[in-house]
Amino acid sequence: MNRPCSITQVLAILFVWVFSLPVLAADTDDTDQNAGGSIFSDLPIEIHGFYDSRRGYRLRKDKYEKDMSIMEDRLQLDLSSYPEWGDLKVKGDVIADWVTERGDFDLREANIFLRPNDFLDLKVGRQVLTWGTGDLIFINDLFPKDWQSFFIGRDNEYLKAPSDALKASLFGDWANLDIVYTPRFDPDRHIDGTRLSYWNSNLGRLAGEDAVIHTDKPNRWFRDSEFAARLYKNINNYELALYGYRGYWKSPGGQNASMSQAIFPDLNVYGASIRGAVGKGIGNIEVGYYESADDMSGKNPLIDNSQMRYLAGYTQEIAKDFTAGVQYYLEQMQDFSQYKDNLISGPARDRDRHLITLRLTKLLMNQNLRCSLFTYYSPSDKDVHMRPNINYKFNDNLTGEIGGNVFFGDYSETFFGQFQNNTNVYVGMRYSF
Amino acid sequence: MKQALTVILILGLSLPLFAAAQNDSPKEVPDVETIVNKANVVAYYQGKDGRAKVKMTITNKQDQKRQREFNILRKDMEDGGDQKYFVYFLQPPDVRKMVYMVHKHVGPDKDDDRWLYLPALDLIRRIAAGDKRTSFVGSDFLYEDVSGRSLTEDTHELIKTTDELFVVKNIPKKPDTVEFSYYNVSIDRKNYVPMKMEFYDQEDKLYRVIESKKVEMIQKFPTVVKSVVSDLKTGSKTEMEFTDVKYDIDLEDIFQERYLRRPPREAIR
Repeated sequence: MNRPCSITQVLAILFVWVFSLPVLAADTDDTDQNAGGSIFSDLPIEIHGFYDSRRGYRLRKDKYEKDMSIMEDRLQLDLSSYPEWGDLKVKGDVIADWVTERGDFDLREANIFLRPNDFLDLKVGRQVLTWGTGDLIFINDLFPKDWQSFFIGRDNEYLKAPSDALKASLFGDWANLDIVYTPRFDPDRHIDGTRLSYWNSNLGRLAGEDAVIHTDKPNRWFRDSEFAARLYKNINNYELALYGYRGYWKSPGGQNASMSQAIFPDLNVYGASIRGAVGKGIGNIEVGYYESADDMSGKNPLIDNSQMRYLAGYTQEIAKDFTAGVQYYLEQMQDFSQYKDNLISGPARDRDRHLITLRLTKLLMNQNLRCSLFTYYSPSDKDVHMRPNINYKFNDNLTGEIGGNVFFGDYSETFFGQFQNNTNVYVGMRYSF
Repeated sequence: MKQALTVILILGLSLPLFAAAQNDSPKEVPDVETIVNKANVVAYYQGKDGRAKVKMTITNKQDQKRQREFNILRKDMEDGGDQKYFVYFLQPPDVRKMVYMVHKHVGPDKDDDRWLYLPALDLIRRIAAGDKRTSFVGSDFLYEDVSGRSLTEDTHELIKTTDELFVVKNIPKKPDTVEFSYYNVSIDRKNYVPMKMEFYDQEDKLYRVIESKKVEMIQKFPTVVKSVVSDLKTGSKTEMEFTDVKYDIDLEDIFQERYLRRPPREAIR
C-alpha cells in the first residue's frame, strides 16, 4: 500500500487490541469466574470471523477506470458476548484494498441488545438492518445499501451497509411495531465514479474517476435524522406489514442549483407488503409510494420526482436441490408531464421502468457446490444485469468462489446499461473460523 | 452466506430421533397400526417440548469428514400432530448464528412453513416447501428422516416378530414420489424405539440403513442419543449425536420473527 490511511489504520489496530484484551481476560478467568471483579470477568467473548481474498478484472476496456475491478484482502473479526442483561456485538473488517491502494477499516456492527421486558426489544449502535420482501429489490427497506460492493463482486453480505441507529421493537397481541431512529442520515454507499464508471447526465456521457460525484449530504446529528417504522402481523403464516419512512433519498436524488454537487432531497415513503405460501412456493407482494418532499409538484428538474413502486415475486423448488424465483417490479414516475416539460438536458426517462428478475440456484455434490444465477432484465430500459456465481466448500472452513457481474444495454443512460464497461469476473477464497 | 441456505434447505427437525416411550408390553402382539403409531410418537413427539445439542459428522467414501453442530428446540402442538422447530447453528463457521425455523404441518396437502434467518444481512427469508427426500444440511440424513415421514404416506405390514423386535414393512402409496420401493423398520418391543430402518430400491436391493446406536433413558423417556445413516451406494455415512437432551422445558412460543432476529438463550447455549 502506497498511501496507508492513517486514521483507519489506527482504528483497526485499536479494534484488534481492545478486543484482544477481554479475550485474554476471559481465557484466564475461565477457571476462576468470580475472582478479580474485572469488568471482563463476566464477559466471556466468542471470537469468529474470516479471512477473504478476492481478485477481479474488467472484461471490457473502460477508459475511466482501472482494469482491476476488485483486488482486496479482508480480515473480519466478529466478537460477541452474552451477559445476563443483554447481548454485545462488535464486528469489523480490516481491509487491504489494492485497487484504491489504501488500507481501510470498516466497522460493520457495534451494538448492544436489550430485552427489558416481554413486549420490548432494544438494539442500539451500529447495526445492519433489513426488512421487506424483495429479493435484491428494495422498496420499503430504506436502510443503507452498498451498491459499489454489490457490483464489483464482494460477498452479498456487503450489499447491506450498517446504520448507526436505535431500533425499538414493540410486541403486542394485535400486532408488532418496529421503530428505527437514525440520528444522522446514513446514505447508501452509492455509485460515485470511483470504482465504477457511470452515466453522467451533466456531461451527457459515461464518466468515472474523471468526474467523481461530489455530494452535499445532510449530516447534522439529531437534525438530519431518519425515522423508519414497520407495523407487522402474522396471520396463518401470511406475513403482513405496513411501512413508513421519513428521511432522504438514500442515493443522490437531485443536484444543487449550480449543478456542482449531488444532493439527497427529502423523501417520505409509505408502503405495505404481504408474503406467504402460494401453491408449492412462496409468493410476495410489496408496494411503496415515494414522496419526493422537496419537489411535490414534479416541476423541479434538479430533484427526482415522486414514484410508485410495485413488486410481485414467487419462489419455488422446481427439482431436487434446484430453486427458481421470479419477480416483477414496476417503478412509476409521478407528474411525468411536469418532468418532461422541465427537463434540462439529456434523453428523457420513460415514465415506467419495468424490471423482471430470475434467480436460479442449484446445489450439487452433497450441497457443497452451489451454482446460482441472478438476472435483472428491464424490457423498458432494454438492459440486463447478470450475476453468475459458483461457490464450492472445500471443507468446513475453506470456501472458493468464482463469479461475474455482467451488464448489457441498448443505451448508455439506463440503470444497468450505464455499467456496461464495468462487466467483470472475480475469484475469491474465504477461510472462516 | 447463501451457503446457509444450502446448509439448510432441508433440515427439518431433529429431535425426532430422540425418544421413545416406555411400554411394558407382554407377549401378545398389538395390531400393526398400534405399533407404528406408538413408534411414531416415541420417535418424534416425546414430552410436550424439548431441546438438544446435535453434532453431525459426515464421512464420505474418501474418509473426508465434515461437521455440523446445532441446537434444536421443539414444541408439539399435539402428539402425532403439528410441531414447531427452532434450529440454531453453531458449526461450521460460515453458518454460525443462522437460524432455521419450521412450523411442521401433518395435515394432508399442507406444506410446512419454513424460515431462515441470515444474521450478517439481518434477513429473514421464507423457504419454499421442498422435496422432503433431499439431504438435510448436506448429510446422509434426509429431511424426512429427521422430521418424520407421515404415517399416512405408506401402508404398513407386520412381517416379523421376535422376542425383542417388531419388524414392519412400509410400502409407499405414491411410489413415484420417493426413491425407495419399500422400507423395513425394526421396533424395540419394550419401548417402541425404532432401532433400524432399511431402505430397498426398485431391484429389491438394500441401499440405505439408519441405525439407532445408543439409547438412553432421559427423564422418563428412552431417547436415541446416537444414530448413524449409511448410504451403501455412495459409501458415505453420517453419524448424529445428541447431548444436553431435556424434555418438558416449558418453552414459550419462541417460534416467531422476534426470536429469529434474536434467539433465546436456550437456543444459543
